[in-house]
Amino acid sequence: MIGEVDQPRVEKAIVQDKTHFLQMKEHPWLSIASFIAILLLWEWVSQMAWVPPLFLPAPSSILSEGWTMLKTGIIFKHIFSSLTRILWGFVIACSLGVMVGILIGFFSIPEAVGNPIIAATFPIPKIAILPLLILWLGIGEASKVAVIALGVFFPMVINVYTGVKNVDPLLIKAALSLGSNRARIIRKVILPSILPMIFAGMKLGIGIALLLVVAAEMVAADAGIGFMILTAADLMQTKKLMVGLIILSLLGIFFNWLFQKLERFFVPWKQ
Amino acid sequence: MKVLIDHISKVYIDRRGESTEALRDIHFAIEENEFVVVVGPSGCGKSTLLNIIAGLLSSSSGQVIFEGTQTDSRPHTAVVFQDFALFPWRTVLKNIVYGLEERGVKWQEQVEIAKRYITLVGLQGFENKYPHQLSGGMKQRVSIARALANDPLLLLMDEPFSALDAQTRTLMQYELSRIWEETHKSLLYITHNIQEAVFLGDRVVVLSRRPGRILDIIKIELPRPRGEHLTLEKRYLEYVDAIWGHIKKEAKEAMEETG
Ligand SMILES: Nc1ncnc2c1ncn2[C@@H]1O[C@H](COP(=O)(O)OP(=O)(O)OP(=O)(O)O)[C@@H](O)[C@H]1O
Ligand SMILES: [Mg+2]
Repeated sequence: MIGEVDQPRVEKAIVQDKTHFLQMKEHPWLSIASFIAILLLWEWVSQMAWVPPLFLPAPSSILSEGWTMLKTGIIFKHIFSSLTRILWGFVIACSLGVMVGILIGFFSIPEAVGNPIIAATFPIPKIAILPLLILWLGIGEASKVAVIALGVFFPMVINVYTGVKNVDPLLIKAALSLGSNRARIIRKVILPSILPMIFAGMKLGIGIALLLVVAAEMVAADAGIGFMILTAADLMQTKKLMVGLIILSLLGIFFNWLFQKLERFFVPWKQ
Repeated sequence: MKVLIDHISKVYIDRRGESTEALRDIHFAIEENEFVVVVGPSGCGKSTLLNIIAGLLSSSSGQVIFEGTQTDSRPHTAVVFQDFALFPWRTVLKNIVYGLEERGVKWQEQVEIAKRYITLVGLQGFENKYPHQLSGGMKQRVSIARALANDPLLLLMDEPFSALDAQTRTLMQYELSRIWEETHKSLLYITHNIQEAVFLGDRVVVLSRRPGRILDIIKIELPRPRGEHLTLEKRYLEYVDAIWGHIKKEAKEAMEETG
């Protein structure tokens, strides 16, 4: 072509952002859509009766079973029983865990006494202690609350202990130089420092509490979600059993949400 | 009031029983309303000395004596740390009132005092911010206000500006000079920066390399208020030069020893 100028060829290399695959996109619709798709697939498989409903009841039939249980109120009895046990166990474990954790983290004598005891008892699966607890405390509520408390206590005490050990010594020095005594150091420096660790312990603990309440109720109880699931299985009431599982899932999600909110409220200095 | 640093020595002994001599026979006094700067090479025991004076570390021998304080109920010292040491869970205002809280001052009065020092260090409008929302220079202002609000007999500062960038650091030196000229607190200031030492101090205590010994105590007779113009003056430069002369030899020896 006339007029075309022969440009000198320049080697070009355009710099690419090598990290761009790290910036994960959010796909909120995909999450919802895939969730619904799986439910629909499940519903379809059940409706076609490819799998007997005894093994895999349709989601719609589980829902209607749940609805009937809601209407008759029977479900609330079970939820209430389980929640009461969890709540008592959880509250006892958290308060003891925080106190013991601070004690062994901050004072040398409790540390020397407490550390080996914790190291020796921590590895025992707590459900294995349940028979012993039933022997000591009887078959009633006390042994169930105790096993939950034991299960939640350990992650809490270990988290708090680690938290106390990692408190910035400079902040303690600053507080001392501003006139704090030991008790005030604990209240005004240690406690706020370890709050995030306490919440982490609570989040770990609630999972353990749900596990243990179900296990304990399967061993001996006349109400509770674990009891409900076990009796439903004995009677081949698969729908009822599934309702129990859904309740456990919802409880787990609810507690996680609750602790998240509480942490936001009580730890406003962390973004 | 007078603070006597009475023949302080410090030997650290670690877990394996190895000992490090950090300070040897440090002896000087800080007079009422005096701005004393301790300058010395890195690792010579400056922080050790400050911690001993603040009661945050015990000496191996010698003692720190506050004279003429029988009638005074104010706290002996308050520290401004190099790394700010602000409580991250407390807002600016709540950080500043911490010492007052510990002394049982009424809330109304706490706020009044805090507001005064917030104005002095120029942090109006930031009372309710958390430390992580502030820049380095602002954090150090909070730390200074917190120490001042506690109204100590002796204010201690351990390289307070060394975590800041050079420009902010220079501005903070002017600022501190102004604040001191307004409050006239007895002040012990630690630094390894010779220019800073001469610019700020009434007297400069020059320490040797480790173990830290007093090489010289130099009275800085420069007029106040001190400002930017000072750094160009001949007498200022002579002081800097004199101190550099002491420290250069020490630093060289230290380098030859390790290298
Ligand atoms: N806890 C400790 N145990 C053993 N040795 C220590 C301890 N703290 C400090 N030292 C040693 O004592 C010496 C003085 O330390 P110091 O922190 O007082 O120095 P510095 O003058 O403040 O140094 P810099 O200018 O770097 O802040 C150093 O050699 C250091 O290694
Ligand atoms: Mg230091």
